[in-house]
Amino acid sequence: MPLDRKIGVSAPVLSHDLAVAGLTKAYGPAAPVFTDVSFSVARGEAVALVGANGTGKSTLLRCALGLIAPTRGTVDILGTRIGPGATAQMRGLRAQTGLVAQKHNLVPRLSVLSNVIHGLLGQGAGPRYWTHMLAPAEARDAAMAALEKVSMADFAHRRADRLSGGQSQRVAIARALVGRPRLLIADEPTASLDPAAGEEVMALFFSLVRREGVTVIFISHNMSHALSYGDRVLGLARGQLRLNAPARDLKIADLRGLYD
Amino acid sequence: MTDRTIPARFERPSALAFLGYGAAVLLILWSFQGAGWSADRLMRSPPALADFMSRSWPPSTHNLGRLSLKMVETLQIALAGAVLGVLLSVPVAMLAARGLIAGPVVNSVVRIVLGFFRAVPDIAWALVFVVAVGLGPFAGMLAIVVDTLGFCGRFFADDMEGVDKGPAEALTATGARRIDIAACAVIPAAMPAFISTSLYALEKAVRSSTILGLVGAGGIGIELKVGFDLFDYPTALTVILMIAVVVIGVEQLGVLARRKIIGVER
Ligand SMILES: Nc1ncnc2c1ncn2[C@@H]1O[C@H](COP(=O)(O)OP(=O)(O)O)[C@@H](O)[C@H]1O
Ligand SMILES: [Mg+2]
Repeated sequence: MPLDRKIGVSAPVLSHDLAVAGLTKAYGPAAPVFTDVSFSVARGEAVALVGANGTGKSTLLRCALGLIAPTRGTVDILGTRIGPGATAQMRGLRAQTGLVAQKHNLVPRLSVLSNVIHGLLGQGAGPRYWTHMLAPAEARDAAMAALEKVSMADFAHRRADRLSGGQSQRVAIARALVGRPRLLIADEPTASLDPAAGEEVMALFFSLVRREGVTVIFISHNMSHALSYGDRVLGLARGQLRLNAPARDLKIADLRGLYD
Repeated sequence: MTDRTIPARFERPSALAFLGYGAAVLLILWSFQGAGWSADRLMRSPPALADFMSRSWPPSTHNLGRLSLKMVETLQIALAGAVLGVLLSVPVAMLAARGLIAGPVVNSVVRIVLGFFRAVPDIAWALVFVVAVGLGPFAGMLAIVVDTLGFCGRFFADDMEGVDKGPAEALTATGARRIDIAACAVIPAAMPAFISTSLYALEKAVRSSTILGLVGAGGIGIELKVGFDLFDYPTALTVILMIAVVVIGVEQLGVLARRKIIGVER
């Protein structure tokens, strides 16, 4: 069955944590990276986004979080239309979102605990959240609890640039989860790890987000990860969304077509 | 088929390039003329210099106590001015760094002002502050503050623009405000560069502070001026040697500190 026929089969859902419609993004005068992309993600759903390198997956998800502005189209996060100018409102929305990237993106030279406390900057603000030394007791406790969940509590005082890749990524997950977000984006969270550490981080990440009911969109080049961890799979190829189907209806061979 | 001829040793310049070279040579010759080039006076100067050396040698030692106190004051001016300048540079650089907390208009205005601070020489700032706050070391210190601000404000801003954008993006996605992102993700990452730049600023401040006294802005420079004015060349030579020793010493300390602090921090 051609991939294109599988578009639009998602069941109607009442509450969408994310809805993008007619999204087009071009960097400057260059040809658009993708054109007219529409999809939505239900509360608590885990959606995999797959596609070859350079097809615009990262760009798409950065648009979806309002980190970069699309050229055309609309984005609704948690039922709120985002757009230029609405900074205060945007901040309130972002307090409920988070991003785990390919690189852990921890701040070097700061302690693991301070890095996790930074995950609360959407809720709290100001110098008390800059370092664990000044942080309110609740913030320190919440950060320790988050580190506990990723089995990194013993490293709370360690400098963030003295961790292994897998440990760093687990701390990044703790930082993303400490603020109890409703919507998380994971952009190839295990791409910089060796396969064993990658499996471990992936299993940990999904056990946590499933338990806490977080809505997740994740990019992965690992087809079996996309099918096993995703409820639904989106496929981006040649500047279009060419696949949007429940994971249980798909086989790995169905995804290969996206990489031609 | 590939072209395998050996390149000529000398390429013939194009007509335009030839004109360019000619113009550059004329410009340089014209500059020597403007600088009052005089082979005659150059020929006469070695004997005059030898005369100066013979009249200043050996360097005087009977003022060493007073000169040392003046040198301490010089270093105090340099340290106080550099520290204040560095501290002021952090918020100013945050306004100058593109995409950090302020918009492009503020970035440009702040960068232009910092450029002006750098463009006016330290000795001119000292003259301005002598008029503003009166003769003495305080005027010198203020001159060092402005000079340091012009230098560190610009380079701190460049350092902050150069850090990895990843951590800032991760914090943006959780709803952090720009000022918190700057404090949590950008400044810690730029810290080694800040320290290195600050140490250069301190070396620069020490060098500047030794001559501020020439215009009455405190420090050992005044002794140099008095030495020459009174034809007390041995004292003047002592001052020159003291300045050389202190400046070289501070430079070496800077090298050491940089290795120690940044080496450890990777
Ligand atoms: N900041 C940027 N400026 C200009 N072009 C970009 C930028 N980011 C990505 N691109 C281009 O957009 C395309 C899609 O990139 P990306 O979204 O990173 O793809 P993917 O994540 O699927 O590998 C690529 O061709 C890339 O070169
Ligand atoms: Mg990518």
